[in-house]
Amino acid sequence: MLGLDRKDTRLLIFVVLLALCAPFLLNPFPTESAMAQFNAGYPDLMQRFAIYGIFAIGFNILFGLTGYLSFGHAAFLGVGSYSTVWMFKLLSYNIVPGIILSVIVAGLFALLIGFISLRRSGIYFSILTLAFAQMSFALAYSVLTPITNGETGLQVYTDDPQYLQSVGSPNVPNLFGIVMRDTYTLDVGAWSFDFNNGYYFCAILMLIAFYLSIRIYRSPFGLMLRAVKSNQQRMNYTGLSTRPYTLAAFVISGMYAGLAGGLLASMDPLAGAERMQWTASGEVVLMTILGGVGTLIGPILGAGFIKYFENIFSKINDATLHSWFGFLPEGLENAVVWILEHFVGAGWHLTLGLLFMLVVIFLPGGLVEGGQKLAAFVTRRGSDKKDKTSGSTEPAE
Amino acid sequence: MDALILQVLNGLDKGSAYALIALGLTLIFGTLGVVNFAHGALFMIGAFCAVTVQRLLSLSFVTVDETQKDFLGKPLKVETPYVEAWFGPEVGAAIIDWSVPLAIIFAIPIMLAVGFIMERGLIKHFYKREHADQILVTFGLAIVLQELVKHYYGANPIPTPAPDAFKGSFDFGALIGFDPNTIIYPYWRLVYFAFSAVIIAGVFSFLRFTTFGMVVRAGMADRETVGLLGINIDRRFTIMFGIAAAVAGLAGVMYTPINSPNYHMGMDFLVLSFVVVVVGGMGSLPGAVLAGFLLGILESFASFSPIKNFFENWLFLPSIDQIIIYLVAIVILLTRPRGLMGRKGVMEE
Amino acid sequence: MSKLDVTRRSVLKTGSVAGAGLALPTIFTASSAAAYTNEPTGGTVTLGFNVPQTGPYADEGNDELLAQQLAVDHLNGVGDGGCLNTFTSKALKGNGILGKQVEFVTGDTQTKSDAARASAKSMIEKDGAIMINGGSSSGVAIAVQGLCQDAGVIFMAGLTHSNDTTGKDKKANGFRHFFNGYMSGAALAPVLEKEYGSDRRAYHLTADYTWGWTQQESIAAATEAIGWETVNNVLTPLASTDFSSYITPVLNSGADVLVLNHYGGNMVNSLTNAIQFGLLDKLVNGKDFKIVVPLYSELMAAGAGENIKGVFGSMNWNWQLQNAGTAAFVKSFGEKYGKPPSNSAQTCYAQTLLYADACERAGTFNPCGVGEALEDFEFDGLGNGPTWYRGADHQCFKDVLVVKGAENPTNAYDTLEIVEITPRAQVEYDPEHPMFAGGNLGKCNPGA
Repeated sequence: MLGLDRKDTRLLIFVVLLALCAPFLLNPFPTESAMAQFNAGYPDLMQRFAIYGIFAIGFNILFGLTGYLSFGHAAFLGVGSYSTVWMFKLLSYNIVPGIILSVIVAGLFALLIGFISLRRSGIYFSILTLAFAQMSFALAYSVLTPITNGETGLQVYTDDPQYLQSVGSPNVPNLFGIVMRDTYTLDVGAWSFDFNNGYYFCAILMLIAFYLSIRIYRSPFGLMLRAVKSNQQRMNYTGLSTRPYTLAAFVISGMYAGLAGGLLASMDPLAGAERMQWTASGEVVLMTILGGVGTLIGPILGAGFIKYFENIFSKINDATLHSWFGFLPEGLENAVVWILEHFVGAGWHLTLGLLFMLVVIFLPGGLVEGGQKLAAFVTRRGSDKKDKTSGSTEPAE
Repeated sequence: MDALILQVLNGLDKGSAYALIALGLTLIFGTLGVVNFAHGALFMIGAFCAVTVQRLLSLSFVTVDETQKDFLGKPLKVETPYVEAWFGPEVGAAIIDWSVPLAIIFAIPIMLAVGFIMERGLIKHFYKREHADQILVTFGLAIVLQELVKHYYGANPIPTPAPDAFKGSFDFGALIGFDPNTIIYPYWRLVYFAFSAVIIAGVFSFLRFTTFGMVVRAGMADRETVGLLGINIDRRFTIMFGIAAAVAGLAGVMYTPINSPNYHMGMDFLVLSFVVVVVGGMGSLPGAVLAGFLLGILESFASFSPIKNFFENWLFLPSIDQIIIYLVAIVILLTRPRGLMGRKGVMEE
Repeated sequence: MSKLDVTRRSVLKTGSVAGAGLALPTIFTASSAAAYTNEPTGGTVTLGFNVPQTGPYADEGNDELLAQQLAVDHLNGVGDGGCLNTFTSKALKGNGILGKQVEFVTGDTQTKSDAARASAKSMIEKDGAIMINGGSSSGVAIAVQGLCQDAGVIFMAGLTHSNDTTGKDKKANGFRHFFNGYMSGAALAPVLEKEYGSDRRAYHLTADYTWGWTQQESIAAATEAIGWETVNNVLTPLASTDFSSYITPVLNSGADVLVLNHYGGNMVNSLTNAIQFGLLDKLVNGKDFKIVVPLYSELMAAGAGENIKGVFGSMNWNWQLQNAGTAAFVKSFGEKYGKPPSNSAQTCYAQTLLYADACERAGTFNPCGVGEALEDFEFDGLGNGPTWYRGADHQCFKDVLVVKGAENPTNAYDTLEIVEITPRAQVEYDPEHPMFAGGNLGKCNPGA
């Protein structure tokens, strides 16, 4: 289907279902229950899952295929966001021009940085990209304030021209009148599920981005990039210049980052300079490694994992903990709360750091490998039974 | 002229910190081939060794003074440090005053131990893994270490002053033949510079003049051959890791009087020290030191207002101090493919 | 892998379908029923406390959070009532707000505008927070204020000192109790004139971002008005840790006062470095060299240690103030947490009470009603003396404290001493003052 083989089609369908059913999947607990704290199915976080998914998928096209580790990808995300907000300020709140511009600007920016940085490889390349991104951040935060609004972040003011803003159209980011932040809430008994326009817009773009990345992986171009990763020297000896290929990969992944940045601004019309800081570039590296470098679905999982911790664990405070463990005897309750509060709320970084270590120690291939191991374990047990009855087995993925 | 000399001194001072951290980082790269993102955290732990010593020395018992009131109007609880009670107020206060230099003695075994534990317990299992995995695991470790420190010491900077004898500044200009009162430089910053020079010289002579160092250098060049000669290179590499940790830790201890330490100071230095190492060239110890001092001096000059203004008015580059390090890194890496003194084939893939 | 997930998902799906079947008659869309965003329907109302819990300002954020929890206790009638006893408005009865029990959710701003907006959004979208309070930087405050305006909830700013928060970036749904750069300048200048004379040459080091610029502009204008000369203003990168190369040129610049327009870690380091270089021991133009830190906080004072001795600055509030509101607040806070509150804690406490009181007086949680009740509200008894919430720009006007580092602190908490309480009249300004011009409150937005 769609030019994919059977396995890839299954993966794509799986991701499509995951994305479309996310409002249900992410809100498994009733709204009033104590476990509702772990629900992630509210518009902002779902949008972030999809957007950072795009960012990480794009990053993986560069890092996973060519092995070039860019430490400055956040710069492309940042310029994407700034372009989109500028389109809001100049034209109108319709997100289409902004998103198109963000991809183009990020692509051009990536072309420039990539052209220079790709003259070096290995860690020298990483530091070059880092240097460019840090310069962009420092300048955006201070000197370029007239363009970026510095510390405060670029936002739309009522006195901005907005030349194309027609009288009737909504005064918030919209897609030809469909307001991004509008949410339909479905209450089913004790549960409630949010269906947000913005999320579905991001999710559809993420699915397209994911589909394209599968096609790139399976194309001769992808094969060429892999060859660069495994042995660039040999490629050069065959008289073939690899730079155009790596540059193309760099620009493509920069455009993905720009798209993510544009979407971030379209969901929430503010672009902050921190988006370009090295920590943001480091975050997408971590997402990709955590999920599984070079796997198709890994980056999406990694992005979801990190954003989940940032948004859910940081919000658990000791009052919440007390309400969970209120059934315990007081001394025990206090002890349990005292231990747990190191890992949540202000301590969410600690949990994240520990999980980074645990994942990389026990699952060298990232979360994808974890999933495969688990699947293999389940299929093995399942197929053991089946063997007796039908005798047919299905190879694990 | 005196202003320029002051900036050179500032640069050397900044450069000392960069060079010490970069030196340790390169030792770990060079010997073990591990990208250690937790190296900044080692610097931070060193600094908190100084804080801990200060806290330990100021451990106090509480007496209630009925004549004074605390902020709630209750009798004031007066804290008297044990050392003051034992040795008398004068000597006791002097001991607390010297807590930063005393922390050096305390920090060396601690940092060596931290280094050994880190290498044996964690890093050892990552020699054969990809650099990406090394980055993730050491970054995770750095976060964990940082959060532990934050939990015990809070996020606010903690003042750890130099001993009274080293407070204030000293007329450096008069010493080298300038008019008095033109080049005044703080004592402790001069101490810091001298200290780092000693450490750097120590590490280099250790590697150059001892048999142990020679074996390590041979191992850096060709690990397998050295192993085939029946030398237990792993153990020596563990020791080198400990030494690298101690170098970073001592840099941290001595840095505390210059700027009050806080839990994220390691992360602040991490990115910069990677830039320093790479500009110096992968696998080259002299390169790391050279790049450290070079970038320190360039940074100082870029923040010097006449130069800053020159860039702004004539080259249309405002706030050159914001970007100088990265700009220099780009220029060097584009003109010299392996940094200043890098070796071929190290971390180039 | 997919196989496993298919089974899990199908289980979940059947589960939810079954649930839908059972609960069919009660399905409705929540959004259409409410008159404004997150209208509280049950017996509780949820406030959102958005403070830095990670990053360099984590301790300040933690202090704010303690004060906010204390405020919730007092609103719910737990504890000694604190400032409810001294507050001139008697609308609050200690039975929650409008009879509803007060609950709260917390979030981590990380002192980044993006992260702050994300956590504020999650509190609004997921937890149904009706008001957002807290924060410790102006960038964050302005970003979250904009978000609250769009979402239709009230934003009660925490620590934010930039003129822009209630100037160029003011919003109808946002309210600031904290003072600002202009007020710092207006309060400091007369004291500086009295202490250091009117013939001084000032050298400014300024953090190179919006807050730094607005403060530098304010302080330079105020000191120039008393006859000082501004010799130089050097912008320093936010990421600087070592300020030596910015300090050394001061020595030979002919300036005799150094103004540090820095906050947090930047200020701790720049002040420490300035003292290291012996600036305070110098004699320039026949006068003792002086350092001024326009914006002080208790935590910065703690971080800089003995370096702050004799250094002047300004504050919004200090626990050593002698008035009934301060005494009541310090007593409740001190007894609960064992330390005196910081000025950022006080502003968050006061803001929470002010919000609750405005709801009571308006008789609704509707942001438009609450905003109307807060506008031009005159009150006393929260610790700052007689205070006016100006309707034109949603800025509080109250006395400003000029403080200096204590020469002989007796414990960890009295490192700052109050030099002067500058009366409110002296720090007031026109809403259209050039430093605040260009903004527009817009209309209050109740959301849905």
